[in-house]
Amino acid sequence: MATPTTRPAQLEPQEAATAELTVDDRGELLRYMLLMRATEERALNLYRQGQVPGSYYDGRGQEAVSVGSAFALGPRDRACILHRDLGAHLIRGVTPGRVLAQMMGRLGGVTDGRDGNMHFGDRHLGCVGMVSMLPDMAPVACGLALAFQMRREQRVAMTWFGDGSTANGQWHEAMNVAGIRQLPVVFVLENNQFAYSTPNELEFVRDPVERAAAYGFEGVKVDGNDVEAVFAAAAAACDRARAGGGPTLIQAETMRMHGHGAHDDMSYVPPELFERWANRDPIELFERRLGAEGIETKSIHIAVEDELERETAWALAQPMPDPATATEGVFATEDPVLGDGHAPWSRWAPRAKEGPHA
Amino acid sequence: MPELTYLEAISDGLREEMRHDESVFCLGQDIGSFGGAFKVTEGLADEFGADRMWDTPLAESAIVGAAVGAAVEGMRPIAEMQFADFIACGFDQLVNVAAKMHYRQGLAVPLVVRLPSGGGFSGGPFHSQNPEAWFLQAPGLKVVAPSTPEDAKGLLASAVRDPNPVLYLEHKHLYRRLRGEVAKGRYETPLGGVRVARPGSDLTLVAYGAMVHTALEAVEDLDGARVEVLDLRTLCPLDREGILGSVRKTGKVVVLHEATRSCGVGAEVCALIAEEAFEDLDGPVVRVTAPDLPIPFSPPLESAVLPQVDQVREACRELLEY
Repeated sequence: MATPTTRPAQLEPQEAATAELTVDDRGELLRYMLLMRATEERALNLYRQGQVPGSYYDGRGQEAVSVGSAFALGPRDRACILHRDLGAHLIRGVTPGRVLAQMMGRLGGVTDGRDGNMHFGDRHLGCVGMVSMLPDMAPVACGLALAFQMRREQRVAMTWFGDGSTANGQWHEAMNVAGIRQLPVVFVLENNQFAYSTPNELEFVRDPVERAAAYGFEGVKVDGNDVEAVFAAAAAACDRARAGGGPTLIQAETMRMHGHGAHDDMSYVPPELFERWANRDPIELFERRLGAEGIETKSIHIAVEDELERETAWALAQPMPDPATATEGVFATEDPVLGDGHAPWSRWAPRAKEGPHA
Repeated sequence: MPELTYLEAISDGLREEMRHDESVFCLGQDIGSFGGAFKVTEGLADEFGADRMWDTPLAESAIVGAAVGAAVEGMRPIAEMQFADFIACGFDQLVNVAAKMHYRQGLAVPLVVRLPSGGGFSGGPFHSQNPEAWFLQAPGLKVVAPSTPEDAKGLLASAVRDPNPVLYLEHKHLYRRLRGEVAKGRYETPLGGVRVARPGSDLTLVAYGAMVHTALEAVEDLDGARVEVLDLRTLCPLDREGILGSVRKTGKVVVLHEATRSCGVGAEVCALIAEEAFEDLDGPVVRVTAPDLPIPFSPPLESAVLPQVDQVREACRELLEY
């Protein structure tokens, strides 16, 4: 077992490692953020049309966190993705149509109607779906990382959770065992300022990222609305984990720009706070940066719009599940395992300087 | 065949599974070089190393949660709760994450949680519980409760090989009191089949775990009555046909368990019989269980709560005379 080393939490925002990302990669980052937003906007429309049962939850404003972090994963890495992180699913290779079918409770959705909204993970793409209790996937991600460590595999488990989760006992248990065993796990804390209606000041006294030092691993705070900064932090964390350097806690500062769910009018959010973050929209920030460098993005917008039209039509053509199948599959009869999938990160990964995933 | 205690049989079973498959590993508090609170895992760290006998901190959610993660990644973890009672602290991972995993996303979770359970030694309210019924309300979990050294080893092997989360209730009272012949090497006792611990035709006495031995003692000399003692072995899946077959033969049933009464395994077995074998009954179905109470500490209080041999004998006698 590795000897735990205690390092001070690094609280300064890191420089975006744009040097490692080609123009194509950066176009992909933008495309995934646009695809996430477009898919969620479409899903919200479907919800308002009565096509989405239950309630509806999205990650408006948090696109840079999920896209930037998931882009750093390799095909053999594993992910336990949160409900604000559709971008991570899209990067793993889940199509928008399957997401929309999932939300409508239809066949063809990732869980074929067994679970709703963002409660899914495509096992064929190396994802373990979240449950509503948070942060239950943090201990699970430790278990994935434990398997990698025991088998001497240079792979990473990544999981996401919000500021609310840092108050729960399971968060501590996960951080503590990750530190003790120096597991190859990357924890992405999305501080979107509110746990439902509860603001940060009622959740903790000091930034949770500071706790990383006490657990014996690196803590990094980044601008969660800067997709390249998130990517740089995540890529560094993944490299560290693969090299046996243990876990990393990345605290990404962002803002949930929609309610907790579609039923939530956000009346508890001070208007000036909302306004401040509205001026820092992650997609606009990134497009402005690309534009300043003379990189054209219009074609990406058009491609995303076309894709969404096709995907929505596909989703609406999917049937509802047969009620007779409700009793199937409570127990496994064989050992279906997590798959490696085929995902676009492999277009980034082979160009990365380090990492066995090339 | 060598004769082993119930505890040695579990230990032998763990060793065989770990030798058989490198993906099998254990995690829990004090299970490494210390050998566990009850010494079930004694010597295993010497043979398999600290990595595969992970001495975890006191963190039941992390123990169960990490076992879930490792299991979906293709490992076969065996988690130990120091006492079955402490599964309450890891319950969320078990019932919300592990139990629903396959139904929601088609992923197998081949993990075993070992639960040293049961009372009879002044363990008090937090070291004596029989929590099996908690899990039966969480579809997706399997529950086994061996009563003999032979089954303890065979059911453990099946639990480890099963692609689902399995709760393995090992009764602490049997650990060193019970000896029996146990075959060398690996063997599997399939989940979901009752064992006829004693054949009979006048009455069916259904039990599992340590209560199988209370049952056998109670009916050993019952005025010549031929009482069939059924050992359930597995509480989920429940061998419905095995139970009904015996009831159809005898027409009279007493269900015995150490766990509390309401909504317990006994209630389920009685409901099954009422639904499926009503016409075959020659008397009311009878339950002998602990009452709906915490298990008290002081010996006279504890004895008053846990089912005793005389109680079982009296219940059988009354029903035989019905």
